[in-house]
Amino acid sequence: MSYEVPLERGKFREFALATKAESVAHFTDDPVMPATFLTVARLMWEPKDQNPMAGAGLDRRRVLHGEEEYAFHGPPPRAGQTLTVESRLDEQWEKTGKRGGVMRFVRVLTEFRDETGALVAEQRSTAIETARAPKEA
Amino acid sequence: MGTVETHSLPAVGDCLEPRRFGPLTRTDFVKYQGASGDYNPLHHDDAYAQASGFPMAFSVGMYQAGLLAAVATDWLGPENLRRYAMRFRDQCWPGDILTCDGVVTEVRPEEDATRVVLDLTCTRQTGDVAVAATAEFVLG
Repeated sequence: MSYEVPLERGKFREFALATKAESVAHFTDDPVMPATFLTVARLMWEPKDQNPMAGAGLDRRRVLHGEEEYAFHGPPPRAGQTLTVESRLDEQWEKTGKRGGVMRFVRVLTEFRDETGALVAEQRSTAIETARAPKEA
Repeated sequence: MGTVETHSLPAVGDCLEPRRFGPLTRTDFVKYQGASGDYNPLHHDDAYAQASGFPMAFSVGMYQAGLLAAVATDWLGPENLRRYAMRFRDQCWPGDILTCDGVVTEVRPEEDATRVVLDLTCTRQTGDVAVAATAEFVLG
């Protein structure tokens, strides 16, 4: 299962302005993707039935964003391209926290392919399920 | 084609020009939320954040991670970025003043190019690191 994400010039501009990126490369008529722009793909385009976290069984009230990584296998994509996106659960592990509770880590790997099918970028998002919700802490 | 920028090769130990952001406002958070598509109310709705056990709405981790990335790509060119990995260490709140800085930790020749690795930190006015990151660029 996968879905398509069109890379839009106006969306790049909006994202670059929001993150206060000033490089002219984001503001030409053929702009380069801002560094963390790939986060938009899953947030704006992922069909509900393709969310791999749905199968992870995490308690949403206790989930924090722990880590995030973007790897590009060449220059980051430009506006006008359409990427094909596919996510899956990657690694899962547990760690005992300082106060003795068990923290669960769940990593989602997302692959981005260009029009030729070449893998152009990967995203690794790690969520942490804390031992208890902040309200109960 | 877009503008081609040229960058002189940095050396290990070179620091990027630190940038300060803030005091952070809810408008900053909302602008980022709209740009990214993350509409989690924890980041703009105080009543919702308080009902969830937080003192008030707080920033999106990816917002300060985005600011930190931009400081690095403004220096070495967004077209040259090959990897950006970040760890969220502390939350950021309205009124915070953030300092983004970084240092070159590795310069390594590759086929026809040079890979430059940076350690980056986004630090709150309290001295706590909010985001720690690594960025890798390939310079021609």
